[in-house]
Amino acid sequence: MSGDGSLERLRRSGRIVVVGASLAGLRAAETLREKGFAGTLTMIGDEPYEPYDRPPLSKQVLLGKAVADHTALPRRRRIDADWRLGVPATGLDMAERVVRLGDGTEVGYDRLLIATGVRARPWPNEEEGALGGVFVLRTRDDAVALERSLAAGPRRVLVIGAGFTGSEIASACRERGLPVTVAERADAPLVGALGGVIGAVAAEMHRENGVDLRTGVMVTGLEGDPSGRVRAAHLSDGSVVEADVVVVSLGAMRNTEWLAGSGLGAGPRGIACDAGCRAFDVRGIVTDDVYVAGDVARSPHALFGYQFLSLEHWGNAVAQAETAAHNMLSESSDRRPHLWVPAFWSSQFGVNVKSVGVPSMGTEIMIAQGSRDERRFTGVYGYQGRVIGAVTFDQCRWLPFYQRMIETTAPFPLEFPTVDRRSEGNKPMDADFPDPSVPTHGPTITLSGYSPADRRMTFVPAHH
Amino acid sequence: MRLVVDLNRCQGYAQCAFLAPDVFAMHGDESLLYDPEAAEEHREDVARAVAACPVQAILLQADADEPVPTGGGLR
Ligand SMILES: Cc1cc2nc3c(=O)[nH]c(=O)nc-3n(C[C@H](O)[C@H](O)[C@H](O)COP(=O)(O)OP(=O)(O)OC[C@H]3O[C@@H](n4cnc5c(N)ncnc54)[C@H](O)[C@@H]3O)c2cc1C
Ligand code: SF4
Repeated sequence: MSGDGSLERLRRSGRIVVVGASLAGLRAAETLREKGFAGTLTMIGDEPYEPYDRPPLSKQVLLGKAVADHTALPRRRRIDADWRLGVPATGLDMAERVVRLGDGTEVGYDRLLIATGVRARPWPNEEEGALGGVFVLRTRDDAVALERSLAAGPRRVLVIGAGFTGSEIASACRERGLPVTVAERADAPLVGALGGVIGAVAAEMHRENGVDLRTGVMVTGLEGDPSGRVRAAHLSDGSVVEADVVVVSLGAMRNTEWLAGSGLGAGPRGIACDAGCRAFDVRGIVTDDVYVAGDVARSPHALFGYQFLSLEHWGNAVAQAETAAHNMLSESSDRRPHLWVPAFWSSQFGVNVKSVGVPSMGTEIMIAQGSRDERRFTGVYGYQGRVIGAVTFDQCRWLPFYQRMIETTAPFPLEFPTVDRRSEGNKPMDADFPDPSVPTHGPTITLSGYSPADRRMTFVPAHH
Repeated sequence: MRLVVDLNRCQGYAQCAFLAPDVFAMHGDESLLYDPEAAEEHREDVARAVAACPVQAILLQADADEPVPTGGGLR
């Protein structure tokens, strides 16, 4: 690859294909051009729209303050791409270096970036999921349909799942004055991402704002009326909720099925890659021409014990795309690792919730500043004597401070007094994460590295 | 006029909401809501907000001339 001028040829007249024309795909494409890539750039996306932004879909758009069709992402520069929109990639031939598309055509590449993201986990019962009034929220089309049904003034909305998206939907419904019930299997909202201590604060927020919050229950079935519209849901505690809009908010599934049989290390947990965004094949060998970025990727992170992290985070998609694009066009000695510190925001019930690091790795938490009762505080997570994550409710200006503590593996419990610390925050508490073997939906960070407790593996060496 | 705010970076200083109130608004004490496709008539205000944001969190479309692709493919 190096020294023989092939990299120069790639820059001048090579072919780069991006599959997944959304946030990560667009930012990668811009970076490639910025770094002087002058060859052919093909953007393949199964949605018929140019890249748009998703976070507003569950916030501004559901509040009726912005239109879903108006969320196209601003461009940083021209990318002069060959756009293939509205057509999915259906296969990959790594030996021939071609991507196969749903319309029967093929596109050859010298470098491939996979940024196919995730999709909403559908309601497990297909027939019930197809009832009128049952929604998921991932795409622009989903948001248009859901917003329209909220605007029509349903009698009650049922949100199944109280992760970040579910909580934001419930919050928007309340702000629109709609009666809303939230059903969550865990004991509180946001538990998978932030643990039970913070989950309890979130639960109070729901209830104070008039959400009918049911925790520790599962929805066992949806019931339609004769015209095929949903009318009620049955819960595991025997209760029935009558609702004419149901939003299924049970987390996401990685879009990797199209890679089955390709030989790439892709599966339900995402596509494994090295810190330089290069994908692994099924033999655990790193590829040199296939890169991954965004929600679909899982990559090892030095700050977090080289655990493989899958992040469903906007900022990660941007940063990882930029690194992948840089590395695609670089000699091996010039490549950069993707060492972005996870960061996430959410907005619900008028409160700004933000986190950095990997709270879900934390075993303990300290309320380092402010107080939970006031909904204005900073929680710091500890893991094996170091600071591993932090969350703020309406105190985001402190986050960069704690981010530096995470980056420098500062000791936990915090050894110094902080501004505005109340006595309740002096002692660390159990962060109260659910048993990791019981999956909760929507943790937003998934740790998928090797765990010695994992005994399901069978090793079958291949014979030549 | 397209824009996006990197809300990881945004620290809720509300400068933008002060300078371009038709496009940016605070929601609660710290959360920012904005119109991702603001009307052209606010361009000057938005440009001022972009410049004034203390953490440079607002990205405004750089080059509006690129042809907008539309879906073809399977349909
Ligand atoms: C409602 C909502 C609210 C959110 N709020 C926040 C938030 O507050 N903060 C935050 O940090 N993050 C938030 N996120 C997450 C953030 O939007 C994602 O992390 C980000 O979109 C990831 O970008 P991506 O490009 O990796 O994947 P995606 O945006 O999922 O894009 C992948 C694209 O690939 C396409 N695709 C899939 N398979 C194929 C195929 N075979 N061929 C061609 N194309 C294919 C998909 O249709 C999609 O367009 C939110 C997400 C949603 C849905
Ligand atoms: S000026 Fe910048 S930091 Fe302040 S609210 Fe606006 S975007 Fe956020």
